[in-house]
Amino acid sequence: MSAAVTVYVPGDASACSLGADRVARALEAEAGKRGRVVHIVRNGSRGMFWLEPLVEVVTPAGRVAYGPVAAGDVAKLLDAGLLEGGAHALRLGDIAAHPWLASQQRLTGSRLGIVDPTSLVDYVAHGGYVGLRNALAMQPVDIVRAITDSGLRGRGGAAFPTGIKWQTVHDQKAGQKYITCNADEGDSGTFADRMLMEGDPFSLIEGMTIAGIAVGATQGYIYLRIEYPHAARALARALQVARAMGHLGPDVLGSGKRFDIAVRLGAGAYICGEETSMLESLEGRRGEVRVRPPLPAIKGLFGQPTVVNNVVTLASVPVVLARGPQFYKDFGAGKSRGTIPLQLAGNVKQGGLVERAFGLTVKQLVYGYGGGSASGRPVRAVQIGGPLGAYLPESQFDTPLEYEALAARDGLLGHGGVVVFDDHVNMARMARYALEFCAVESCGKCTPCRIGSTRGVELMDRIIAGRADTVRNGAQTADLALLEELCDTMFNGSLCGLGGLTPYPVRSALKHFREDFQRVN
Amino acid sequence: MNNEADKIRRCVAGAVQKFAGEPGPLLEILHAIQDELGFVPAAAVPQLADALNLSRAEIHGVISFYHHFREHAPGRYVVQLCRAEACQSMNARALEEFVRGQLRLDFGETSADGRITLEPVYCLGNCACAPAMMVNGELHGRVTPERFGEIAKEWGVS
Repeated sequence: MSAAVTVYVPGDASACSLGADRVARALEAEAGKRGRVVHIVRNGSRGMFWLEPLVEVVTPAGRVAYGPVAAGDVAKLLDAGLLEGGAHALRLGDIAAHPWLASQQRLTGSRLGIVDPTSLVDYVAHGGYVGLRNALAMQPVDIVRAITDSGLRGRGGAAFPTGIKWQTVHDQKAGQKYITCNADEGDSGTFADRMLMEGDPFSLIEGMTIAGIAVGATQGYIYLRIEYPHAARALARALQVARAMGHLGPDVLGSGKRFDIAVRLGAGAYICGEETSMLESLEGRRGEVRVRPPLPAIKGLFGQPTVVNNVVTLASVPVVLARGPQFYKDFGAGKSRGTIPLQLAGNVKQGGLVERAFGLTVKQLVYGYGGGSASGRPVRAVQIGGPLGAYLPESQFDTPLEYEALAARDGLLGHGGVVVFDDHVNMARMARYALEFCAVESCGKCTPCRIGSTRGVELMDRIIAGRADTVRNGAQTADLALLEELCDTMFNGSLCGLGGLTPYPVRSALKHFREDFQRVN
Repeated sequence: MNNEADKIRRCVAGAVQKFAGEPGPLLEILHAIQDELGFVPAAAVPQLADALNLSRAEIHGVISFYHHFREHAPGRYVVQLCRAEACQSMNARALEEFVRGQLRLDFGETSADGRITLEPVYCLGNCACAPAMMVNGELHGRVTPERFGEIAKEWGVS
């Protein structure tokens, strides 16, 4: 019997949704039949989802990739010499050299798809825990300054400077402070948090630990959405390993400093991605938005000073501490510094994770990386930044994907999700959906959101019905004016971003695709 | 009947005991109950109120706020179809119509034989492999009506 060959088969939720578990089982069974021993590592995904399940075999010449592999392909692949990197129609060679990956600048996601997410040793072998070791040799205030100097802004959507938030928590005098990680990644078209938690969970754990050391917090919570069971399992395993190896607990890496992390599961409420609603939920209550001030940094979880950052933000912290703030800041432009993991989704040929310095245009992303629509039909619109983000028409695809440029287009970058639509899309229906979603997910605390969204759906139903008489007598024009007014009320009068930003998709659809709202049916 | 009531009482007491020492434990407790029973029965509410020194309204308010918590027993297969934008861009609406017709269920309904519950979900994070569906925690991507038909055969639906 020959020596065991290491084969990577992603355990990423998306890869599994395309059959990766079946591929792993088939590989084990078919290799066994041939008297071969395979050591299967369930890695994260590289983020090239059109190639998933993407299998990689470790050969003396390096890792050789094959994809997309179906369970039914495994026997033939083995016969073709898969375990030696043999030739086959699905052979992709060294996937890291693939232009789609090689052209990226992966700082936060540098280990995605490469390491074994259950192995802290592997994490360290790929540069992990350098940031924390550096941080432990620094004064807390200097750690905060490094984050401020890096220019890192919250990647969850609000883009608030992370260092300033940390400084506020650092400056509070309190017996207990908290680091909370917002892992309630609810925006359609986003999956970077999920990929990081599943594929490189130690980067999040390390980032949270550095945050804890910096601001003087001893307890962290990851608020994870219930829709992510794969991530829950990956985090549970990684936390256990980190504790067992002294990277979490009463004496982090022998520093005498305490920090530990618990995972708390959400329960299917989009609003709990809003930070104060998340804190309410963490405290075991209805996820109703809190009125600010006080800011969570001053009075947050259980009334104590609390850092609230999302997964990508916290997972970006280790690289800043490992390589220095200037290294990170040198990526990007203007006020958008560092890299942003963009998520290309929807009706697109080559969807996945594209991490680059800020500044890539929509066109470069959708056509360059994405290769156009999956359906082969013309691309008509993209929605950027989740269900509260604006729709952009093709005429605006030269817009760079950065905070200020999108704000100038009455949109937002949000959590970096870009959803592609072909010319089958009916933008009036998408506007209706935005309002319907807001009605379903509104926490109910403020009237513009709770009532406005429902009235908006009713309005859209009338507009979409497009009855000839309402068009003739001007009722439809009046309804469109009323829709604008309603958007104005929601935008200015809502307590948080759910009601406040739902007008973005509605207004942008109306502005750029008005013809869809004026059909006579 | 009493057996059922006993089972609920024991389950609730166990969940409370496990998490009562933690700060803000109600969601954790509700998860533990639903993981064991499949839903949070009405009988659990007064018991939880008593144990946690909260009002019944507060407990009910939390249960009813979150889409995930169910007040009735679900079917053996909980089918969650994603309705969000990325899935819509890949014909999720047509898939939705097909699934409703195939299962003869609307969202929120459970089949008369207790086999299947159909639920809407708003994003499963599988947006580059849309449309997405989750069945008892197992994620499926690029679900077409044909693919749905194949998967549904495993539940005894044709």
